This record gives sequence, structure tokens and C-alpha cells, in this order.
Amino acid sequence: MRSLSTSTTVTRGLGILTLVGAGALVLFGLVLSPADEVQKDSVRLMYVHVPAAVTAYLAFGVTALGSALWLWRRTRSLFWDRLAGASAELGVLFTGLCLLTGMLWGRPTWGVYWTWDARLTSTALLFVLFLGYLALRRVQADPEVRARRSAIAALIAFVDVPVVHYAVDWWRTLHQGSTVSTLDPKIDDLMLFSLMLGMVVFALAYAWLVTHRYRLAQLEEMVDGRRLELAIEERRAEAELVVGTAP
Amino acid sequence: MWRDAVLVAGKDLRLELRSRVTTNQVAPFAVLVLVLFAFALDPDRGILARVSAGLYWVAVLFSALLAIQRAFAVEAADGNRDGLRLSGLDPAGIFLGKALAIAVQLLALELLLLGGVILLYGTDVTDWMYIVVTCVAATVGLAAAGTIYGVLAAGLRVRETLLPLLLLPVVAPVLIGSTQVFEVALGGTALDIAPADWVRLLSVFAVIYTAFGVAAFGPLLEES
Repeated sequence: MRSLSTSTTVTRGLGILTLVGAGALVLFGLVLSPADEVQKDSVRLMYVHVPAAVTAYLAFGVTALGSALWLWRRTRSLFWDRLAGASAELGVLFTGLCLLTGMLWGRPTWGVYWTWDARLTSTALLFVLFLGYLALRRVQADPEVRARRSAIAALIAFVDVPVVHYAVDWWRTLHQGSTVSTLDPKIDDLMLFSLMLGMVVFALAYAWLVTHRYRLAQLEEMVDGRRLELAIEERRAEAELVVGTAP
Repeated sequence: MWRDAVLVAGKDLRLELRSRVTTNQVAPFAVLVLVLFAFALDPDRGILARVSAGLYWVAVLFSALLAIQRAFAVEAADGNRDGLRLSGLDPAGIFLGKALAIAVQLLALELLLLGGVILLYGTDVTDWMYIVVTCVAATVGLAAAGTIYGVLAAGLRVRETLLPLLLLPVVAPVLIGSTQVFEVALGGTALDIAPADWVRLLSVFAVIYTAFGVAAFGPLLEES
């Protein structure tokens, strides 16, 4: 019988590394790195915001890759399906985090929580696109059926990304340039280091969580299978009971 | 493939012609949406005429949802889906046929809605060419994407609630693009991006999703 825990020595190591890294990020992000001249302390949100965005893209990329590899007959295995699902969940989580921190940053910097900037809009659309994908995944079905359905849905959503990008970009050029580019492109060394540290920590967190989520999916399937077996056994026992009591 | 497509499209359109669900329910709904917009945005302030391009396409999207759901509801009854699968028709042909039938209905709805915005919102059409081209390009895209998601959601118990969530974000570029061209075609201000570029974007969308549907419809029809 396989262990019911989702952790192994490797994931424990990964987890400790992530937590230590997160601690270091807090130290560098909140204490050691300087505040920005223009943005003041709100610049510190960047150390979470940018890594969250990059990790979200990475996660959706893995989802698309997993979906494509599931659909390709030669590499078809539920491994890719579980990976795609686990990665999409984290992608949505990180996109949500990215949007949230962006709004918190936008309020003191731009004066508004939300602006219909091209990048904001396409990120929001990406968020909703993959929320739909997750909703579809939650619909009960045979693992094979669900895997095929999800893989195709993920790819439909994924090919939409460049179209959305162009559409939103053009749409916004009518009204205003990208606000983000008006910020000072030069960046302090310590700030750059903190940002890079953030990237590493978020990548580690992603690897850690996606492994756990993957194993959880495996366990879920195992439980479902076990439940089905039990139900069949029960029905059999009932049938025997009926036969036994018959005159 | 094309013969099968015509066959399926003919079947669907004949079905709609006889059951009159599109004409008796979807079309009135589309007009109702226009009327509701007028209630929501005070008609006296001239807002309606200014934003009619956007309202028009939102109304089209809502009606398209109904048409798509309807197109797959007729396949759900009496094991029609199995019948379709066993019919020996090319899945790509079935896809094109279903999409074609939806597209024809959408074009009819768009014509109706265009009459609606002209009559109810007092909008003037300044460029008919762009209207026609946009409607065709956007409709092909909507019908193709809608057909893929329609069959994807058709077998599910939660299809009514899931379809809008899946479809609407995907067709967001269509809404943006077609609204932009309509702004020009309905006498609005000129755009920085040429309307022709938007039409090109809409066409790319249509081609991508038609190709995707042709490739993916077989496996999607097989499931459940």
C-alpha cells in the first residue's frame, strides 16, 4: 500500500528551502532594500507582484504543455493530466495574487485600484479563462474523459492568449499609453537582488506546491477507485443476503 | 467533409425552422436586451447612440449563448449524440455543419439587432461595408468557438452555468474588435488602429477556432 502522505524527503527539503527563502525575501524586501524615491514603500510590493506574475505564466505554460502531451498519443498518461490540473490551480492562485498586489500597489501609485491598462486587462482575462478551466475540471467524470476534455479546454484557452494580447493592446492604445513604462527603469542593486530572490522563492514555492497538489490528485483518484470497489462489494453482499434469506 | 457539413447544417436549420425556437424565443430575447439597455442607460441623454456599438455586440453575445445552448440541447434528447456519433459522418463535417447552422442563425439575429439599434437607439450607419465584413468575420469566430465549447459542455449537468464562463472570456477579443469597427461604421470617431486591422484580427480568431474545431471535434464528440 502506497503511503497516504503527499510529502517525501525531497518535498520536505523543498518546503524548508521555500520557507527559508520566504524569510529571506521578507528580510530583503521589507528591511534591507531601500524605499523608492517616488513610490516610497509601496515599491516593496514589486518583490511579490512580479514573481507572482512570472510564476503564473510559468504555471499556465506547464498546463498547456501537459495538456498537449496528454493529447499526443505517444506520451499519453494521466501524469500529464494531473500535472496540467495542479499547475493550472497554482497559476490561478498566482495570477490572483498578482492582481491583488497590483491593485494594492496601484492605489497609492496611480490613485486607483484598477485601470483598464492593456496588461491589467489581459491578466484579468487570463485569470477568468483559467477559472473556467478549473470549473470544468471539477465536473465529475471518468479520469480519461475528464483528461481529454480538460486538455482540449486548456489548449483552447491557451491559443486565445496571443489573440487577447493583441486585441487588448490595440484597444488600449486608443486611450492611453502603458502606465507601467513611465516608472523609472533604473533599479537599485539591492532592489534588483530582492526581486531576483523573489523570483527564486516563488519558483520554489511553485515546485513545492505543484508536487503536493499532483500527489493529492493521485490520492483523490485512489479514493474514488476504492469507493467504487466498496460500493460494488456492498451491492454483492446485499445480493447474497437476499439469496440467503429466500425460502 | 463538406457534404457532411451541409447535411448537418441543413438538418439543424430545418429543425429551427420547424420548431421556431430561434424566431420565437431567441430573437425576442435579443430585442429585449436592447430594450433593457435603454432602461438602464437613460435614452434622453444621448448615451445610447454613442455606445450602441458596444451594446449591440453584448446583445449579440448573449443571444449567441442561447443559440449555442439550443444547438446542443437538440442533440441531447433521445440519445441523438450517439446517433450522430454512429452516423458515420465525418466529425469535422459535423463540427462545420453545427457551426454553420449557428452562424446562419447569428447572422439573422445580427441583422435584427442592427435594425433594433437603428430604430430604437437612433444610430446612423455610415459604412455598410465594414458592418457586413465585421459581422461575417465575428460570426464565424463566435460560431466556431461556440460550437467547440457547446459540445464540450453539452454532456455535463452544469452546462447552463458552465458554458458562459468558458465561452465569454475566450470570445472577449471578438467583442473588443467588432465593437471597435462598429464605432467607426456607426459614425463614431476614427480609431488609431485601422478598422481593417481589427477585421484581420477577427479573421485570425475565426481561422484559429475553425481549425481547432475541425481537429478536436472528433475526440470531444466521443466522450461521456
